[in-house]
Amino acid sequence: MTIEILPATNVAAGPDAVADAINRRYTAGFVTDIESESLPPGLGEDVVRAISARKNEPAWMTDWRLAAYRHWLTMTPPHWAKLDIAPIDFQAISYFSRPKNRPKSLDEVDPKLLETYDKLGVPLHERARLAGVAVDAVFDSVSVGTTFRKELAEVGVIFCSMSEAVHDHPELVRKYLGTVVPTGDNYFAALNSAVFSDGSFVFVPKGVRCPMELSTYFRINARDTGQFERTLLIAEEGASVSYLEGCTAPMRDENQLHAAVVELVALDDASIKYSTVQNWYPGDENGVGGIFNFVTKRGDCRGARSKISWTQVETGSAITWKYPSCVLRGDDSTGEFNSVALTHHRQQADTGTKMIHIGRNTKSKIIAKGISAGRGQNTYRGLVKVEKGADGARNYTQCDSLLIGKQCGAHTFPYIEVKHPGAIVEHEATTSKISDDQLFYCRSRGIAEEDAVSMIVDGFCKQVFKELPMEFAVEAKKLLEVSLEGAIG
Amino acid sequence: MLKIDNLHVRVAGKEILKGLSLSVNAGEVHAIMGPNGAGKSTLANVLAGREGYEVDQGSVEYAGRNLLELEPEQRAAEGVFLAFQYPVEIPGVNNTYFLKAALNAQRKRRGEAELDSMQFLKRVREKLRVLHIPEDLMNRAVNAGFSGGEKKRNEIFQMALLEPKLAVLDETDSGLDIDALKMVADGVNAMRDPQRAFVVITHYQRLLDYIVPDFVHVMVDGRIVESGDKALARKLEEHGYAWIGERRVPQQSRVGAA
Repeated sequence: MTIEILPATNVAAGPDAVADAINRRYTAGFVTDIESESLPPGLGEDVVRAISARKNEPAWMTDWRLAAYRHWLTMTPPHWAKLDIAPIDFQAISYFSRPKNRPKSLDEVDPKLLETYDKLGVPLHERARLAGVAVDAVFDSVSVGTTFRKELAEVGVIFCSMSEAVHDHPELVRKYLGTVVPTGDNYFAALNSAVFSDGSFVFVPKGVRCPMELSTYFRINARDTGQFERTLLIAEEGASVSYLEGCTAPMRDENQLHAAVVELVALDDASIKYSTVQNWYPGDENGVGGIFNFVTKRGDCRGARSKISWTQVETGSAITWKYPSCVLRGDDSTGEFNSVALTHHRQQADTGTKMIHIGRNTKSKIIAKGISAGRGQNTYRGLVKVEKGADGARNYTQCDSLLIGKQCGAHTFPYIEVKHPGAIVEHEATTSKISDDQLFYCRSRGIAEEDAVSMIVDGFCKQVFKELPMEFAVEAKKLLEVSLEGAIG
Repeated sequence: MLKIDNLHVRVAGKEILKGLSLSVNAGEVHAIMGPNGAGKSTLANVLAGREGYEVDQGSVEYAGRNLLELEPEQRAAEGVFLAFQYPVEIPGVNNTYFLKAALNAQRKRRGEAELDSMQFLKRVREKLRVLHIPEDLMNRAVNAGFSGGEKKRNEIFQMALLEPKLAVLDETDSGLDIDALKMVADGVNAMRDPQRAFVVITHYQRLLDYIVPDFVHVMVDGRIVESGDKALARKLEEHGYAWIGERRVPQQSRVGAA
């Protein structure tokens, strides 16, 4: 299954498309035969320097990476998550891979690469215009083209790859990079800071509402490579932007590492909506292969009345370790986290959020939906922290688990730390199971079993799906259907 | 319409139906009464196609077809409806959405055009009016948080909307107050039709004051032991099920108490 962002065509997808989707397996699992230029496996200062050199980075960037690398050497992988992970050999991974024949413009992009995105449904060129979505596509380690750049530039929005931003907007990158997720924040963030290869950069200047949805596609293609993308998104005073990201990877027997960092900065009255549909290869039904997804995503509501909203649909990856968070620094700022995480077969997910209330009258809302099927293990882990000065802080957390079958598991670890006596923190949690009785009831009314399952799952996820842009909501629904294929019976 | 012949059914290894026979013609209302454990709900579940009910012997013919070969959703599309004794809650799934999906799935299977939202809602409003059901019922999740009475009303409402040819009501009257009971009876009576048959399973005679059956059958220990008209139900009410036991022929009573 791929994530498609062709709103004009896909919104109209009828029941047939859904039926098709049910009959599909992981269709993003193809490998593109394209010559790539990779660094040999292994990690050391020389590798960090080599990555930086290949990207012609200025010295400050190289130094920043090296500092992160040295810090990383002093750290150990975190083990607090409820995840059973075989040790990762960081020396067996290639930290840089890019298609040869690097393009200078979209027209020069290798046709095979465009074909890949076509298969994935990414409207990279003319189709993008129809779809009205600006796309930055990251293939293995480098960004291969950003659409709509001119149109965006007219209103002052910068949307480009991180590599380009380092060259073209160094003052912005230096001002903001690492200010939300510091290089030494955690093991995987430190690794990412040292070796990140590309990612997206978005800057929306003061008072500008970004005129279109921005979107990035990530795809891991080469064998034995990790993908370490770094995304930085800044919304200045009064600016607003909605950003979508989608991810796929080919089917491979080995596990591949993905360690990304996403930083969001919202100044006074700015709002950022960040949506993810993550469909990395999940491994097969016996747990062979699949992506290890260790991601640090954090938004800083730096300004007063700013708002950051995370929405994620996580159906892929063998391992998901991800806690998109909000630091509610500005007074009256708002943080939201809406999540659907699905684990099937042997997939494991430990995901949730952190809401850190620092400013006054800060509000946060957490809606987390976990679906477990097969032998999948699904953990919600969340922290709501209210600091001393956070007068009038409010949080509402709702955490629901849905179990399909008898061998899966759902776990909830909500941490609450309140240092202000006036804070209002609410937590609700439910666990339910798709029962044989429910399925029989649906069938006795004429609804086939698979449709009944998707109806129940869709109903369970509705609260989160409605936060997604329309076309993504349709895709997310289909993605869940495909991911749950064979979960019953 | 429905012809059950010498039906033997096992649940979890235990024989529950022990040679049940019953014929139902279009336009008829049959009441099946009997003590707890007689196998009444087993019969309902076998007709609807629930898993875990093993048919050892006998046949069920519906509209000229072998009903037992059909999947539950096929049976629904062919016009078989079961009003559940314990309707299931489906949190998160909107009642309107559920019913539209059900009706259109049936129509699609029958090769009929699916109804769009406008057509569907028009039909919903008509049925709600006839049954005096408040419209807000439709905006809630399927049976979630419904009172016992609301669940049963919702079953009758579904029946009205899906317009089955054969409706099996499994103790729809149990746990209902007199107003809800009347509403259920009104719903059934409004749907009585020469083309449609009802099998009304009940423990009490009370419901039959409102839904007047053409035939009454008494079921004991997995088979029908006595059939008659509505007068039979009255006798049962007066004398209790023990009275039936006394009237049973020796080779039947040999099987033991229900």
